Amino acid sequence: MDIQLTEEQELLRSSVQRLLRDRYDFEARRKIVATDEGWSRAHWKAFVELGLCAAPFKESAGGLGGGPLTTMIIMKEFGRHLVVEPFFETVVLAGGLIEDIGSQAQREEFLPDIMAGESIWALAWAEGRSRYDFNNIATTAQRQGENYVLSGTKAAVIGAPWADKLIVSARTSGGPRDRSGVSLFVVDRHSANLHLQGFRTIDGRRAAEVALMNVEVPASQLLGTEGKGVAALEACRDRAIAALCAEAIGAMTELNAATLEYSKTRKQFGTTLGSFQVLQHRMVDMFIALEEAVSLTQHLNLCIAAGEPNGSRLASGAKTKVGYAARFIAEQAIQLHGGMGMSDELNVGHYFKRISAINVQFGDPTYHLMRYAQQDESNVSSEAVRRTASSRS
Amino acid sequence: MELSLSSEDAAFRDEVRAFIAENYPQEMRVPNPETDLTKEQMLLWHRILHKKGWIAPLWPKEHGGPGWSITQRFLFEQETSRAGTLPPLAFSVTMVGPVIYTFGNEAQKQKFLPRILSGEDWWCQGYSEPGSGSDLASVRTKAVRDGDHYVVNGHKTWTTLAQHADWIFCLVRTDLAAKPQAGISFLLIDMKSPGVTVRPIITIDGSHEVNDVFLEDVRVPIENLIGEENKGWTYAKFLLGNERTSMAGIGRSTRYLNRLKQIVRAEIDDDDPSFGEFIKDIARVELDVLALEATELRVVAQMSRGIDPGPAASLFKIRGTEIFQRITDLTHQAIGNYGLAIREHPVSGNHFMPGPDYGHTASEKYLNSRKLSIYGGSNEIQRNIIAKAVLGL
Repeated sequence: MDIQLTEEQELLRSSVQRLLRDRYDFEARRKIVATDEGWSRAHWKAFVELGLCAAPFKESAGGLGGGPLTTMIIMKEFGRHLVVEPFFETVVLAGGLIEDIGSQAQREEFLPDIMAGESIWALAWAEGRSRYDFNNIATTAQRQGENYVLSGTKAAVIGAPWADKLIVSARTSGGPRDRSGVSLFVVDRHSANLHLQGFRTIDGRRAAEVALMNVEVPASQLLGTEGKGVAALEACRDRAIAALCAEAIGAMTELNAATLEYSKTRKQFGTTLGSFQVLQHRMVDMFIALEEAVSLTQHLNLCIAAGEPNGSRLASGAKTKVGYAARFIAEQAIQLHGGMGMSDELNVGHYFKRISAINVQFGDPTYHLMRYAQQDESNVSSEAVRRTASSRS
Repeated sequence: MELSLSSEDAAFRDEVRAFIAENYPQEMRVPNPETDLTKEQMLLWHRILHKKGWIAPLWPKEHGGPGWSITQRFLFEQETSRAGTLPPLAFSVTMVGPVIYTFGNEAQKQKFLPRILSGEDWWCQGYSEPGSGSDLASVRTKAVRDGDHYVVNGHKTWTTLAQHADWIFCLVRTDLAAKPQAGISFLLIDMKSPGVTVRPIITIDGSHEVNDVFLEDVRVPIENLIGEENKGWTYAKFLLGNERTSMAGIGRSTRYLNRLKQIVRAEIDDDDPSFGEFIKDIARVELDVLALEATELRVVAQMSRGIDPGPAASLFKIRGTEIFQRITDLTHQAIGNYGLAIREHPVSGNHFMPGPDYGHTASEKYLNSRKLSIYGGSNEIQRNIIAKAVLGL
């Protein structure tokens, strides 16, 4: 159950740790985030040289065959350093989708560039009214001869301003909330009639509202089966959650360490903060919250790697439990740092903001709590639970 | 959730499962085994396990343990608790037994260990006193040397199942001048000795589990001293450490959670205003169980590689008891108006109890489980332990 890393995985972890320690401390990150582009191609190149972008992919696709456990290792370290470069968007989301549902020709066309760090990708699934439901979209794709024509606006597409390619979900058939009829397309970010309005995210990244006004996409760029996009996005979300939980673990680890350290040095009333029992017990609860989150994240990644049938329900469970734990730790880390926790100069607030962003990405803890409850097969009243859940929206 | 098992371990698990199915006494399947069974009934399963050689999983083989690996011990614990079997008396097998074979002399081992294994001797724990709860080192019960005897005077309290006990292991003060921890000895006292009086304490659930034990000029042979005089605190701490590691109670919590789901399904219509809240609460507590279970499996895997969790194991006591309390709380809420009723003690079929059978023990379980966060070192003490020994505060 406990993941005992293989020699290869241990090596990967220590080299990622070394690279980030040497080149991605908090000051370096601050400079990267403040640049015009908001990310560093030089650092990206270093990640690629370390093999990170190829690590999770199957060997048959030219990858290193590491799977979700490798992603977990990398994402945890990225979480510790608040890495902003689009590994998650390019490798985990887009790369994962292409590997999962792409045709042989598409894999051969796209994966080598992704693994070589040559192309940056973003996943455009959300819309203004969709909240966290993949099926609730208004963007359409109509077949016209050899092309599909896409129209609509995708919301809060993280990494879009950096991307060369987008994967866009659009409705090819069916009504507004139908599960079937949603399809995925690979769209060149510089396509005619595709407009970006970029903005900064709370966690120092760049995102965009993406407007598609009759964007022509060759039919060959349909990813996966027409109309089956929701299932593909759900599987993508499971992988995404497994990775985001690992990233959250990295951030939580740093927050707990920083808070503990601060409580041992900061003095008030003539003694260290850490000598007050009320704060000691708070930090114990932060410790326990992290331990439980680590266990669940490992369990989820093992289940996803093994293709366990209940992996998707478990992903929702982990998103909930790790999300609550991360929020608790992040809020308490600021609280226990007192006024200093509010300062932009300190890294604590930046971990807080990344955790806040993670909790929104691919569904918040409450959304996934209800999804977890709905999917309880032992629950005869799951039909009623579904009704309760849908009356929420 | 399952450990990934070798074929030998899987065969062992199947053997344990089959043995329980074939041998667990039907007459021990009563609504609340902890309160509804006579002493003789409680000992039925103990004797069956003893005959099989499985009564003391923790003990080394030379003293009568089965010689199991850590994984096997865990599987045994998991199977017996999932099946809802009443665990053998912890005070005998888990607590005093290991103290005797670790710190006792040869004569004590010869005299006591076989009788613990067979169930001939029933032990109770003389730790708490009216003035010594969480602050155990403040015990005032005195043992004064008089020739070949100690003369013991004092008042022990919260002594679980002392009404059945043949022996009591006591912390007694043998040096009044020393610092609190330094003047304590670990003494074994025959409950039939003149001067020992047991008086029942009825708890808020109406049951008789705990007692006052009065010791008035009780003469105890010096050969009943464990280890060295004034070193009792060391032995007491050793014992408490053993107590904590088995407190996650995953099997029990899972059983009660499944029952809670059945009750909610049967009792609460989906248009009841509280329905949605129950669904969320159940999902939350289910995730708590899952995360603790994943943590337990992680620790078991670490232990089988020789890594001791040390004082971090206190988290199992904290979370295990919090979770079980929450489940009994929700169960009591779920039975609605019948939560007003409570069974009378001693339990008898002659007393009328309203409402469906599954709700009959809900009130008493809810009340009784309040003790869990208090005993065995209160959860606040456990947090102190983690703060000091793990976080270094």
